Amino acid sequence: MIETADQIFVLLLHWLVSFLPASWQSVASAVLCAAAIVCFFPALFAFTVWLERKGLGRMQNRLGPNRVGPFGLLQPIADGIKSLTKEDIVPLSADAAVHFLAPVVLVVTVFMGFAVLPMGRNMVLVDLDAGLLFYFAMGASTELAVFMAGWSSRNKYSLLGAMRAVAQMISYEVVLLLSSVVVVMITGSLSLTRIVEAQNHYTWGLPHWYIFTPWGLAGFVMYAIAATAETNRSPFDLPEGESELVAGYHTEYSGFKFALFFLGEYVAMFSISGLGTTLFLGGWSAPFSFLTWVPSWIWFFSKLMLSIFVFIWLRGTLPRLRQDQLMNFAWKFVLPMCLLNLLVTGLWRFLGDGWLRWVVCSAILLLAYVGIALGEQRRKHIGPRSYRYAE
Amino acid sequence: MNLVFYLLAALTVAGGLAAMLLKNTVHCALALTVAFAGLALLYLDLDAQFAGFAQLLIYVGAVAILVVFAILLTKGSETPKDGVFSRTWLAGLAVAAAVFAVLAWSILQSVSRLTQAAKAPAVTVQQIGVALISRYVLPLEIVAVLLTVALIGAVIVAMHEKEGGAQ
Amino acid sequence: MTPLAGFLLVAALLFSIGLAGALTRRNAILVLIGIELMLNAANLNLIAFWRYGPHPEALTGMMFAIFSIAVAAAEAAVGLGLVISIHRHAHTTDLDLMNRMKG
Repeated sequence: MIETADQIFVLLLHWLVSFLPASWQSVASAVLCAAAIVCFFPALFAFTVWLERKGLGRMQNRLGPNRVGPFGLLQPIADGIKSLTKEDIVPLSADAAVHFLAPVVLVVTVFMGFAVLPMGRNMVLVDLDAGLLFYFAMGASTELAVFMAGWSSRNKYSLLGAMRAVAQMISYEVVLLLSSVVVVMITGSLSLTRIVEAQNHYTWGLPHWYIFTPWGLAGFVMYAIAATAETNRSPFDLPEGESELVAGYHTEYSGFKFALFFLGEYVAMFSISGLGTTLFLGGWSAPFSFLTWVPSWIWFFSKLMLSIFVFIWLRGTLPRLRQDQLMNFAWKFVLPMCLLNLLVTGLWRFLGDGWLRWVVCSAILLLAYVGIALGEQRRKHIGPRSYRYAE
Repeated sequence: MNLVFYLLAALTVAGGLAAMLLKNTVHCALALTVAFAGLALLYLDLDAQFAGFAQLLIYVGAVAILVVFAILLTKGSETPKDGVFSRTWLAGLAVAAAVFAVLAWSILQSVSRLTQAAKAPAVTVQQIGVALISRYVLPLEIVAVLLTVALIGAVIVAMHEKEGGAQ
Repeated sequence: MTPLAGFLLVAALLFSIGLAGALTRRNAILVLIGIELMLNAANLNLIAFWRYGPHPEALTGMMFAIFSIAVAAAEAAVGLGLVISIHRHAHTTDLDLMNRMKG
């Protein structure tokens, strides 16, 4: 009974596919899984739009939408209808082909990332041996779509927003990859299903999630920072900051194409949260060993929604970082910490089991963090202004 | 020689042709990206999964963006008044055609002597990792040094020089 | 025609297209794009020979291709840095106009 609830989607898939002849079954099962992903995540996106507006509203001491439906729950539907029925304006001097293709490329590459995420026990679309590499390859292709959108609009604000966005995404892509490499080092495989299975063990009822290790915690924090920057979310949302750049690289988009950009951004958030959950938070494994009767996919999506809530929380709390502060932070602080984390993970692996490795690894990471932070503070002595205009 | 191969080959060659023939430089860079993606899919067709995903990650995710940034920083999106092809385009085209003729002739002549593997080699990422550390560790370290040198060199070459003092 | 010959022909075609572009276009960046196409064509050759060659389990072709990708990326970075630097000096990237050694 617990098994059935856990594997209910897998059993449903097998039952649906059994109606077809044997040679069509693998193709049909892949198509059905892909259709399920393409239908489910936009629905989750609609719910997240509502959650964000209500959540941000409450954090900013106001109500958020509450007119359309009970508690404003039908607001995403109203937003969707508005986006779909608005006129699609393409500027006369815009590069029509590239302008049309940019949101398409964004949405396609963002959805491709879901193919390797294990959303439950046995619930991964494609179990690739190099699954993590595939995910990052798809993430890297997203940057090109952002650039295409900004350049094809022939608008200075769009181009500026696009170049800032691409520079930011490239800087934090390095951080994202390096902070995921520590997980690969300990698990010994790039396959996401193996990574989740390696975390699915319990000691005294507590799970072996990687976030509960010193290097895992450091890696998770850096991954979270990089994930916020990769999806252009606050506090790293200068490329689309309304007060600075109108709407950044999607200024000249209206109607359905803008809705596609919006969808692409949120689905990218789901995708990167899903990967963070898989790498550091144990994927579909339950937090305590007495809770394993709850289906695995419920745990995965709960952790995903928790990450989304943290994204919304960050947006409502932290002020926006300036572009040079953002890049400084990435290259001069987070990247050295990432490299140190690699070293610490190597030490962890070779110090053997026991309390020694906990103490040594935590000490190294803490000292480095405090040392670099204090060093940065001391360099910023703010004296009287020596320039007339900002450089 | 199945349909997938023909489609991918057509996509890649079309991307390459577009990259070399289009007038707008940014369109050329985007066509180049299509060619890179087509090549990555061809690697996947050849069961080289690691190489295919690495190609996507490095070429589409980094080199294409580098090319695009360079085009933007050198105002390449303005079309030159004298046309996009050099004065000596005919000689270049003739040389390229001759190279292709020689290569194609040698391939088609030796086609009967080329060996065929029976089944696809099942290469895991772990085997690649082990090979990188055991047999190919020297090239790995040299490439690491090379990439560091290229990074520092590119930054120094492209850096703004401060007028007035020497840096 | 065997599959291997098919891949090799595609690689040869891509190589000559890249070569033609590198030799005929005016813009320096397009010459670099042509060079990247040539490098990619050579990589395709390597992987095709790895797959259909006698000892695929030795991984030689795949390793060579991976190192070639890394080296090509480094070369593209330095080449584009040079183009940017030249543009800053000569205010053009037109190779037909840059036919003198005097700056």
